[in-house]
Amino acid sequence: MRVKITVQKFNPEVDQKPYPRDYFVEASRGMTLLSALLKIKAETDGTLTFRASCRAAICGSCAMQVNGSQKLACKLPLKEELEHHGKIEVGPMANMPVIKDMVVQMNPFWEKVRAVDPFLMTKDGAEVPTEALKDLHEKLHNADGCILCGACVSACTAYEVSSGFLGPAALAKAYRFQADPRDQAHLPRLEALQGPDGIWDCVRCVFCVQVCPKDVRPMEQIVRLRRLSIDAGFSDSVEARHITEFTKVVGKEGRLNEALLPVLMTWGNIKKMLRIIPLGIKMFFHGKTPFPFKRVPGADQVRAIFKYWEKAK
Amino acid sequence: MKYALFPGCAAKGATPELYASTMKVVGRLGLDIVELEAFNCCGAGVITEADPDLAYTLNARTLATAEKMGINNVMTICGTCQGILGGANKNLQEDEALRERINRALKDTTGLEYHGTVEVKHLQWILVKDFGVDELGKFITHPLHVSIAPFYGCYILRPSRATGFDDWENPTSLEKLIRAVGAYPVEYDGRTKCCGFPVLLEKDQISLSMVAQNVGEAKEKGSDAMVTPCPLCHMSLDIYQERAEDRLQQEHPDQTLGVPILHLPQLLGLAMGFSPKELGMKRHLVSPAPLIEKIQ
Repeated sequence: MRVKITVQKFNPEVDQKPYPRDYFVEASRGMTLLSALLKIKAETDGTLTFRASCRAAICGSCAMQVNGSQKLACKLPLKEELEHHGKIEVGPMANMPVIKDMVVQMNPFWEKVRAVDPFLMTKDGAEVPTEALKDLHEKLHNADGCILCGACVSACTAYEVSSGFLGPAALAKAYRFQADPRDQAHLPRLEALQGPDGIWDCVRCVFCVQVCPKDVRPMEQIVRLRRLSIDAGFSDSVEARHITEFTKVVGKEGRLNEALLPVLMTWGNIKKMLRIIPLGIKMFFHGKTPFPFKRVPGADQVRAIFKYWEKAK
Repeated sequence: MKYALFPGCAAKGATPELYASTMKVVGRLGLDIVELEAFNCCGAGVITEADPDLAYTLNARTLATAEKMGINNVMTICGTCQGILGGANKNLQEDEALRERINRALKDTTGLEYHGTVEVKHLQWILVKDFGVDELGKFITHPLHVSIAPFYGCYILRPSRATGFDDWENPTSLEKLIRAVGAYPVEYDGRTKCCGFPVLLEKDQISLSMVAQNVGEAKEKGSDAMVTPCPLCHMSLDIYQERAEDRLQQEHPDQTLGVPILHLPQLLGLAMGFSPKELGMKRHLVSPAPLIEKIQ
């Protein structure tokens, strides 16, 4: 079967902007996108540039955008993708500067992974324990499955508008060490993640969970880091109070009251409060501020459920 | 088919126009609906951050209540409720150990038990699949002839293993409904992106950038309005649009936004001949006046 592959070509040294180029390959049965790209490079266009190594979804080199989503070229059957989308359009990962064609600048990615201290640490320079733990993998919730391909960062909508954000890959890596009982630096690592580009930048858009080729579910690891943070006492910030106050309101009223939550979240933070008041007034005049003390049917059952889990934990 | 309506906190709180317009539209279509009067919050993904078991039990209560009423279909009208309640349902159905643990808590506190027989469906999906777009077309008396940008939001699409209705890469159900009301769907990248709502209060620089980017792109592509199946997206894109415009103008002084944001039932209601007032459109912060003028 002859398949058309449209590649977004770009060499910043000579091209003004990226441009599409069509290639045609005779696709064999079960051929992956990576095999097709290697064939094009060998037979049609030696300038076609991409990273690849293991061809088995282990090294994480060949992540790219295919029909607009982040995928490993080596793991992607050409025919299936064509049947699904009716076309094959290939380009570099987003949220990273392009060096050439599908090769992107990964330095910021590595810097962010390094920034979370992705290794076992001990107190006072003691030797790092190296014994293998039997049930470790379960404790890590597959955060150790990351192959550092960058697909999640490329798909991250928070990263897209705030490039300082540590991003899903680095934070999943941070969780991998927070969850390791041999690590003795849980508190300082968690503390570092409370900063402006840390765990609280995630908008929970689920893109990282969706595109990860190894089912690492970075967002779920970020949620675990948030829970660990609150449990460890990092609970006074507006971000942490979003979780604790939201939960308290529902525990009391059975439902969320959107007029009450912002007040509770920002209570005592004059700057934040001043920022929300004008909007609150506008919402009031548009009939968008629910009365905060309405009796909700069923709230007693909800309160009982809250009590049950409070007691159990 | 009978549906138990799960209105969600937003439709009963800060976006009452969603509830009002839903009732108008489903009433006209003759959908068989019983409202879950004593519903509780789905947790919006936030209670899960505090305690996943607690969030599961709250959602199990909703599902068990519908089950006890003898209704197998729960209708949501909020994209976030759909993702959270629907996702919880999926896990409770598939993971027996989880269901047992949660049922112990549920039985102990409410006497209810969930057996896993309920399906959770957003109104958007019900109209496309159960009701049918062709059937819907029979109720369209005032075709709109305007350009509408679909804004799906996150939880109605992702993670696809929990939602499983639209193709998360290339969803089509909103476009189908836009065409059904005689309007033209706008193609743009932002349609599957995040509205920024979850961090609006704590990280407004991130949220406002997202609002500016998504609304800006929709406007650039000629949209007369945007439509969303999620009231949280509505709040973000509507209430915060003026601030997003201010932020946008710091870099691009000539750019303006001012794109009306519609709840899905409002879009349908307009094409069924309900007045903007009946659909609660005076409650929007971004004036829908230019859109109303164009369709009249």
